[in-house]
Amino acid sequence: MVDLRVKIGRMTLRNPVMPASGTFSEGLARVFSFDHLGAVVTKTITAERRGGNPTPRVAEVGQGMLNSIGIPSKGVINFIDHIMPEYAACSAPLVVSVSAPTAEAFADIVRQLNVPGIAAIEANISCPNIEEDGKAFAMRAKSTAVVVDQLRKATTLPLWVKLTPNTGDVGAVAQAAQDNGADALVVANTILAMSIDTETFRPRLGSIMGGYSGPAIKPIVLRMVYQCAQAVDIPIIGCGGIAATEDAVEYMLAGAAAVQVGTATFVKPNAMLDVVDGLTRFCQRKGIAKVSDLTGAVLDRGMTVDQLEALP
Amino acid sequence: MLSAPPVEAETVEVAPIEASPAFDVADTQALVMSNTAVNGEYFHLTLAAAGLAMNAKAGQFFNIACPATDKDLPYLRRPMSVYRVVPSKGEIEFLYKVTGAGTRGLATLRAGDSTAVLGPLGNGFELNPRWKNIVVVGRGVGLATLAPLAEMAAERGIKVTAILSARSRGLVMSVERFAASGARVEVVTDEDGSSDPDNVERMLLRLIEKEGADAFFTCGSNRLMLLLKRVGATFQIQGQVAMEQQMACGLGMCFCCVRNFSAPNGTEQRRVCVDGPVFPLSEALSW
Ligand SMILES: Cc1cc2nc3c(=O)[nH]c(=O)nc-3n(C[C@H](O)[C@H](O)[C@H](O)COP(=O)(O)OP(=O)(O)OC[C@H]3O[C@@H](n4cnc5c(N)ncnc54)[C@H](O)[C@@H]3O)c2cc1C
Ligand SMILES: Cc1cc2nc3c(=O)[nH]c(=O)nc-3n(C[C@H](O)[C@H](O)[C@H](O)COP(=O)(O)O)c2cc1C
Ligand code: FES
Repeated sequence: MVDLRVKIGRMTLRNPVMPASGTFSEGLARVFSFDHLGAVVTKTITAERRGGNPTPRVAEVGQGMLNSIGIPSKGVINFIDHIMPEYAACSAPLVVSVSAPTAEAFADIVRQLNVPGIAAIEANISCPNIEEDGKAFAMRAKSTAVVVDQLRKATTLPLWVKLTPNTGDVGAVAQAAQDNGADALVVANTILAMSIDTETFRPRLGSIMGGYSGPAIKPIVLRMVYQCAQAVDIPIIGCGGIAATEDAVEYMLAGAAAVQVGTATFVKPNAMLDVVDGLTRFCQRKGIAKVSDLTGAVLDRGMTVDQLEALP
Repeated sequence: MLSAPPVEAETVEVAPIEASPAFDVADTQALVMSNTAVNGEYFHLTLAAAGLAMNAKAGQFFNIACPATDKDLPYLRRPMSVYRVVPSKGEIEFLYKVTGAGTRGLATLRAGDSTAVLGPLGNGFELNPRWKNIVVVGRGVGLATLAPLAEMAAERGIKVTAILSARSRGLVMSVERFAASGARVEVVTDEDGSSDPDNVERMLLRLIEKEGADAFFTCGSNRLMLLLKRVGATFQIQGQVAMEQQMACGLGMCFCCVRNFSAPNGTEQRRVCVDGPVFPLSEALSW
């Protein structure tokens, strides 16, 4: 028997698999029970009611998808009154993803969410669609420090901070989040990207640029999880292109304590369950008693270097 | 995190996943019974898919995994309307037009292959038992969506007049199927100009005058949808339209598939996959 439990700060999850924000909703409860998940993570909510972006909002690009959904939120009150009750019967802890245009507004929305039934806050300081030109707090260590500091003062709930891959120095951003009180990091959101239809010469997304996700981005985000794991001590939740058990294992080896499955759920609604079952089988096959032993277990020391023999 | 977090050595078993009445959508690995070309553009796919798939109703759809080919590697699934369900044989059928990467992939399926189908998804057509006559107007691949509606109406003793539109006679789909359900079928084509909205309008007016129409149903053409909306508003005839939009999840999770609809205070965005794909004609807007 394999122990699938993992610790994220002071929370213990029954297994390391959970959905990525925005790729999951109550609708999936029509296919399977959320009791099988390590946690559930909501679509990002904002304080104010807002619409999303123009259509088309999705384009299939390689083994992945480009989206410009934006955050079509109905606000906090709607969330507490109408969405939260849908999760009441679910035994997995409820993680609420939030976003806001300023650090102050971020703190405000988190204060409003001090209600029973919420297990943790995931601060989406990385959404590339809503900030001007795709700029976001998590692009720089300094703006990350400011917003995480405000968030930390606004809530006693476990605070997860979701980073963006659209930054040149993810390690420094990760450290800024840790230094200002983040309990865990989610690495990462979608990669800012675009695609053009060569027949019509038009961008394939209504809002021209969008976020890239799915298997195509896995090597990039995996590298970022590895870099973050070198930079911080708080748990990291890996997210980017995970579709199968081996993807989750790879992220854990790189340093992730848990994983989020996003786009894969659109293509295979049972993907998360398959990963949960697959992790048990993987650990059994490898003789690993606890899945948490995989975290950071990559054998990256003492790599042998190929030597070219000098020509005579 | 190079060291494993401390967790007591206790075992947790992965609970088996059971079906429960709360689950009304299933992802089924379906066996291909046949997949044949109907004419130059359309294919007819028959799958063996027992279980929840058999609950599918006219107007609902499935999200189908499309196989890769030498040329294409479709990543997302493609939504396809239910063309027919035969519970006694455990079979479900689809009719699709080969247009791009996904449908080119589907066209390579052979009997004995299998593919994953998620469904039934969305809300199907609704029939009011008090109705006596309905008019079904469809074009192109929209006829695949409307064909099972004609049978559903016939089963309930509702008389159906079907106006089927296509570029040419050879491309009109399902004439025999509509006729076999007892529907009166009128074919209109671009080839002879009869598919022109003005002509279709004259046909509708004649119908309304002669035997009346309790409801309109449409799919597959923006022009026809607008025509029915206008005629429906004039004569106070309600209607339903099955709409399409790019989708990813089909389950209401991604918000890719929104369209604008008229609402009491202006327009509002709705998800075609869960709020539709069948919508009241009066609320649908041009696409
Ligand atoms: C509810 C619903 C029911 C449908 N039923 C049928 C059906 O019964 N038969 C049939 O042939 N087609 C149907 N379609 C359209 C179908 O899903 C495919 O999108 C279309 O066949 C083209 O796919 P492709 O991969 O070949 O083309 P591509 O050009 O490769 O498609 C690229 C992307 O655009 C999307 N797309 C392209 N055209 C449409 C469209 N008209 N509507 C929505 N998305 C589109 C595709 O799904 C894909 O994500 C339906 C669509 C919806 C939303
Ligand atoms: C359609 C869609 C909507 C998303 N919405 C959100 C969101 O609201 N908040 C957020 O933090 N991330 C959002 N994301 C990003 C995902 O949570 C995830 O970080 C990203 O897709 C990478 O993981 P994946 O490759 O497994 O999908 C969204 C992604 C997609 C594809
Ligand atoms: S297709 Fe995902 S919400 Fe409709």
